[in-house]
Amino acid sequence: MNLEKIVFGFFIILALTLNFGFFIGEIDNPHHHNVYELFAAIVVNLVATILKFGDRTHTGALLLATSLVAVLQLLIAASVWAWAVHVSASGLDTMAMASIVSLAGGAMLANVISVVLVIVDTATLRR
Amino acid sequence: MDKVLFLFLRRMRTPLLVLVAAYSIAIGGLVLVPGLDDQGQPWRMSFFHAFYFVTYTAPTIGFGEIPYAFSEAQRMWASVSIYLLVIAWLYAIGRVLGLLGDPAFKLAVSRQALNRSIRRMHDPFFIVCGYGDTGSLLVAALLRRRKRVVVIDIKQDRINDLLLSDTDTHVPGLCADASDSASLKTAGLGHPACQGVVALTDDDNANLTIAITVKLLNPRLPVLCRAATRDTERNMESFGTDQVINPFATFGDRLALALHSPVHHLLHQWLSSVPGSDLPMPIYPPAGRWVLCGFGRFGKAVQAGLSQEGVETVIVEADPEGTDCHGCVHGRGTEADTLQEAGITNAVGIVAGTDHDANNLSILVTARQLQPEVFTVGRQNRDQHSDLFRAARTDLTMRHSEVIAEAILAHLTSTLLPQFLQQARAQDEAWANEVVSRISAVTGERVPAVWSVALEPDTAPALLERLATAPITLDDLLRDPRQRDQQIPCIALLVQRDDGGKRLLTPPGDTSLKPGDQLLLAGQGRSVARIHRVLRDSHALDYLLTGQDRPQGWICRGLVGALRPGPRHTETDRGDTT
Repeated sequence: MNLEKIVFGFFIILALTLNFGFFIGEIDNPHHHNVYELFAAIVVNLVATILKFGDRTHTGALLLATSLVAVLQLLIAASVWAWAVHVSASGLDTMAMASIVSLAGGAMLANVISVVLVIVDTATLRR
Repeated sequence: MDKVLFLFLRRMRTPLLVLVAAYSIAIGGLVLVPGLDDQGQPWRMSFFHAFYFVTYTAPTIGFGEIPYAFSEAQRMWASVSIYLLVIAWLYAIGRVLGLLGDPAFKLAVSRQALNRSIRRMHDPFFIVCGYGDTGSLLVAALLRRRKRVVVIDIKQDRINDLLLSDTDTHVPGLCADASDSASLKTAGLGHPACQGVVALTDDDNANLTIAITVKLLNPRLPVLCRAATRDTERNMESFGTDQVINPFATFGDRLALALHSPVHHLLHQWLSSVPGSDLPMPIYPPAGRWVLCGFGRFGKAVQAGLSQEGVETVIVEADPEGTDCHGCVHGRGTEADTLQEAGITNAVGIVAGTDHDANNLSILVTARQLQPEVFTVGRQNRDQHSDLFRAARTDLTMRHSEVIAEAILAHLTSTLLPQFLQQARAQDEAWANEVVSRISAVTGERVPAVWSVALEPDTAPALLERLATAPITLDDLLRDPRQRDQQIPCIALLVQRDDGGKRLLTPPGDTSLKPGDQLLLAGQGRSVARIHRVLRDSHALDYLLTGQDRPQGWICRGLVGALRPGPRHTETDRGDTT
C-alpha cells in the first residue's frame, strides 16, 4: 500500500463525484444545482491537477491534460455564474443555468477519462 | 521533454497545494459566515465577492470591506484568513526563490539554454575542448576569422572566464569532461554545421579519448589534437587523427627554418600568426656553436632542428641519466661556471629550455653577461610570465600556447594554407623576399587575414555566370568594387585548379580564372567582404569588369536601352579598364 497512491486516487475520484453531484438534476433549474458543490468541485479539481505536476510518464502527461481541461471548464462555469448573478441584467435565468451545467458536464467527461486512465494504469501494474 | 519545466512543476507542487488550500479555506469561510447588508437584513457573501475580497487581501493590498461593512463574525474570519493567506504566499514565494537559486535547477536551466543555442547554430562551427591559455588564444583568433566556436572545459572557472570575455559573437561554453562522449554530443558533435574538433586539454589521455571518440562517432569531422609526447602523437596518428600538434617539435622545426632562411621563417610567421596582431619582426639566428640548457622534450626537439641544419650543439642538463643524454655538461645552466664549461664565450646562441621559467630567465641573463652578443632563445612555460620574458628581451621566445594555437589556426583557416606553406619551403629566398614585400605592401603593420575562396556555384554564382561568356583574370577579381581603378588590399597566394589538382604558387595578375578554382588569399580583413560581394553580386561584377553602373531593374534597363540606341556592348571595351 502506498500513501501517495491513496491520496492521488482519493482526489481524482472525489473530483469526479463532486462534479457529478453538481451536474445531476434538471439542466436549467437553479434549485437543482448547488453553488457550494461547484466551489468544492473546483477546489478538488485544482488539487488533483497540482498533484499530477512533474510526472514525466506518458500516462502522467495525459492525466495532467484531462485535469487541465476539467479545471478550465469548471472555472468558465463559475465565471458564467458570477457574471449572471452580479453583472447580467437578467440574473440567473434558465439559459445561464443551462450553460453553467453543460460546462460542468464537459468537465465531468474529462474527469471520467481521468478516472478510467488511473484504473487502466493500476490494472496494468503487475505488483 | 522540457526538463526545466518538469523540474519546476514538481518542486512547485507543495507550494501550489498550500495556496489552493489557503484560498479555499478563506473563501469557504467568508461565504458561510453570516453578515448584514446595508438595510440591516441578514446577508451572506457570494463566492464572487469572497473571491474578490480574498484576492486583494492575500497580497496585503486591502480595499476595505466590500460590498457592505462586515459583521463582527465576518471580521473575525477575515483576520484569520489574512494570516493564513499571507503565510501561504510567503511560503510559496520563498520556495520559488529557493528553487531559482538551487544549483541543480541552475544547471538544468543553463544546460537547456546551451542546448538551444547549439541547436540553433546555422553557421559552421568548431568544438574546442579545453579553454586554458592555448584554448582562449585559439578561440579569440577563430572568432576574429569569423568562425563560430563551442567550448568544453572541465573547470567552471574557465567557462566563467569565457562568459566574461567580451566577444562579438556568442560562444556557448559547456562545463563538462570533454573525454566523455555525451558531453561532445551535447556540444554538437552530430550537428550538421560542425566543422571539426580541436582537443587542447592539458591531459594527453583526454585528448586521445576525444580524438578516438570523434573518429568513431563522426568520422567525417577533422580532429586536431595537442600531444605532449611522441608516444601519444603516434598513437593518435594511428587511427587517423587529422593533425597532431606537438608544440616542441613544431618549435624545433620553426627554429631550423629560421636558421635555414630567415625570410622563409618570416613568411611562415606572418601567415600563421593571429590575424590583427602586430607583424612579427624577422629574426636572424646565427650559425655556429649553440648551447642548449635542458634536454627534456623541448631540448630534444630543438636539438633535432639544429642538427638538421648542421649546427653544433653543447647540451647542459642537470639529470643526464634521466634524459638519456650522452656527453653533455652536467648542471642546470643557471650558474656561470656551468655555462663557461659549456663554452658560452665562443657560442653564438643559447637556448634556455628547462620547464622552470625562473631558471630559464636566469640562464638567459647569465649567458648574456658572459657573452653579450649571444642569440637567446627562451622557453616560456606559463602565460603569466610574458612580461618577464619581454623584459629579458629574448631574441626568440617559445610560448607553448602560441605555438599550438598558430599551428591549429593554420589548419582550420583553410586546407590550402598548409599546402602553401609546404610548397613555399621549396622555393628560393628571392621568391620568399618578393612574397614578403608584397604582403607587407597590402597589410601594413598588422598580421594579414588569410582565407580561401572557391569558385563554385553556391559560393560564386555571379562570377561563374560571367565566366561562361568572357574570361576574367585574377586582377579583375581583386579590384575594388567601389572604385575599380584601385586594387583591394589583398594578394593571391595560391590557386588550385579543379582539374588534376594543379597548383599555381603566387599566380601572376593575368592568370585567368576557371570554374572550380580554389584561391588562397591574404590581405586586410575588410577585403574579405568585398571579394565575397563581387563573387555573388552580378551588378558589382559588371561594374568591376566594364566600369559601368548598369541599371539593375528590368524597367530601368529597358528605359536606358530605349534612350541609348545602338549596341551597348561596344562600350564595354576592355582596353580602357586597365
